[in-house]
Amino acid sequence: MFSIRAHNLSKAYRIYHTATGDKQLHTYRTLREDIMWLAKTAVSRPGELFQKRTSEMFYALRDVSFEIGQGEVIGIIGRNGAGKSTLLKVLSRITEPTSGMAEIRGRVGSLLEVGTGFSGELTGRENIFMNGSILGMRRKEIQRHFDEIVAFSEVEQFIDTPVKRYSSGMYMRLAFSVAAHLEPEILIVDEVLAVGDLAFQKKCLGKMDDVSKQGRTVLFVSHNMQTIRALCPRCLLMKQGQVVMDSDTNTVIDIYNREVSQSDVDARTAITDSRLRRGSGEVRFNSIHVKDEAGNKPSFFEMGSTLRFECGYEVFAPVQGMTATIVLKSGRSGEMLTSVKHVVTEKRLGAGERGMFVIELPKANLRPGEYPLYFWLGKSTNHPYDVVDGLTAPLMIQTEKSADELSFDPSKPFGIFDIESKLLS
Amino acid sequence: MPASELSIPTESALSAAHELPMTIIKPASGWAALNLREIWDYRDLLITLATRDLKIRYKQTVLGVLWVILQQFVSVIIFAIIFGVFAQLPSDGLPHAVFINTGFLCWNLFNGVTSRVANSMLGNSNLISKVYFPRLLIPLAGVLSVLIDFIITAGVTAVFLVYFRIPLTPNILALPFFMLLTILIATGMGLVLATLNVQYRDFVYAMPFMLQVLFYASPIIFPSSMVIDKLNTTLAQNGSASLFGFLYTLNPVVGLVEGFRWSLLGTSSLTPTMVALDIFFAIALFAFGAAVFRRFERRFVDVI
Repeated sequence: MFSIRAHNLSKAYRIYHTATGDKQLHTYRTLREDIMWLAKTAVSRPGELFQKRTSEMFYALRDVSFEIGQGEVIGIIGRNGAGKSTLLKVLSRITEPTSGMAEIRGRVGSLLEVGTGFSGELTGRENIFMNGSILGMRRKEIQRHFDEIVAFSEVEQFIDTPVKRYSSGMYMRLAFSVAAHLEPEILIVDEVLAVGDLAFQKKCLGKMDDVSKQGRTVLFVSHNMQTIRALCPRCLLMKQGQVVMDSDTNTVIDIYNREVSQSDVDARTAITDSRLRRGSGEVRFNSIHVKDEAGNKPSFFEMGSTLRFECGYEVFAPVQGMTATIVLKSGRSGEMLTSVKHVVTEKRLGAGERGMFVIELPKANLRPGEYPLYFWLGKSTNHPYDVVDGLTAPLMIQTEKSADELSFDPSKPFGIFDIESKLLS
Repeated sequence: MPASELSIPTESALSAAHELPMTIIKPASGWAALNLREIWDYRDLLITLATRDLKIRYKQTVLGVLWVILQQFVSVIIFAIIFGVFAQLPSDGLPHAVFINTGFLCWNLFNGVTSRVANSMLGNSNLISKVYFPRLLIPLAGVLSVLIDFIITAGVTAVFLVYFRIPLTPNILALPFFMLLTILIATGMGLVLATLNVQYRDFVYAMPFMLQVLFYASPIIFPSSMVIDKLNTTLAQNGSASLFGFLYTLNPVVGLVEGFRWSLLGTSSLTPTMVALDIFFAIALFAFGAAVFRRFERRFVDVI
């Protein structure tokens, strides 16, 4: 019994060439621009006037086909711009495909953003009703779940306060709580679980797990591989608008990580996505490699081996001095686990200069797991030149030792680090 | 993590599966009919959107709804002084304040619906790009919230009627009919403008101006008989007077305002031609507006 069946779904956007020669995606136009175009074309190339206006097409989705059975929980992964969000938007009927079709059995609840329709002026109570009905709940349904929603969000005391007075954490908790109580047969979720503090994130994941156990179909986009592994047995990998792989999650994530680790970061990678790349831009990383002692780039590092972070940089505007920081994050929560910081130079760097530095972690006693990496270049804490946050492949640590040789089970390591310890008496 | 356990649906979910609604997603083509069934299914959201509109508008204002009353009241007094006392425009033999107030009652409904509907899509672009629901709900919610304002200003009108001792006649029974015509015409125009607004932001600027022109072209601060009489006296010699009179009534607002006055004040400037034309406009404009909106709504999210 299928729940979602997609046949050759494609979504194309027009790219227009503006007067300055820049390309831009189809956004709004002014009447003046259209009239000018008409006038210009009528004078210079009257023949073209009655032809279809030629413009380049950009395929956000191209011939995507798959079938999802009822009750399956599917992860969708891929780099930014791979078409994940577009796919979710097409399946939630927010935008319509350019060609192809999809069949959907059951009501769809889509959660592409937390707190859609929230209004700062309205109270928590009013926003629950607002947001709930926007997400497709009937008023009666919301009333039935109201107490649960409020309890889940942990903002009981402030439920009649306008949400503009909420802290951002409270706001997010309330918003997620409404969404968590949606009861459609198909739930489409885009990267929204990473809200609130750690404890709340855990609660959300637990809720998602419940949802999937109730036999609902869930489509789940995330950059958090640990979450995908925990929730989704099956996974689709997207690349340039296509589904390039559809298999069990561990296989797909391994392929994905290998691909990410092979593709290099340069000075412009993901420069428009502030979640992945930030900073003022005087200096940018133009390459980042994680190597072992022998200079190889393995996909997995053996626990306790030496790690070398080779970072290349390019200077775009003169700066005085530069410090680098590398942070290991938790693959589970995204929390920063530890960091190392080094002053690369105190000298002045002129525009156009390029350079390279290597930071070594000798015998890193990290326990097996996945560690997203965060690279930082800057002057002082509040003046980063460049931040590369989770853009590179995560650091993958494994071990060939068995549970007997270790103090823990390598498939379920307690914690992150090995530390020295002795039994004294 | 016992992965296999996750994918086993519960029995109740399985048995319910045959009754689940099927949705086909594919590129639509051409003109689509109005899906009233779907709008009915989403009625809760329609109400919620309309009340949100009202709540947000009057939150953190001390006077709240009183502002609507004050606005109506003050503008009627100002216009009555300028056009009644100083300019001495005719008013079908009625006190200027009552006469102009009734004009405003109709105009505010028309103007409110047109501009609220026209701006509704741009104002809710965040919703449009994040959730699916019939897009027509947004303009319709706008119409509902304008109706609430209308009810309040109708109260002001009642005060004027009582103060100037204008007796109600059975004509008042026709008021809902003229209201309906006003709403249909204004919604139709608003939907076309809303569609244009998404594509061409020019209309954000052009619309208030267009509406202002329409305001002065309509018999709100003066009776339509004044315009038609003027046309008669200046143009009588070449025999085209009745033609110009007819052309003037082609402005749908003329019939609407006169309809309101006939219902509330019993004036006699309303002609059967005006009513017939407005019925035609109401059906034609609303159908046209809805069709244009439906035709282009699926592209809104890619453009907005």
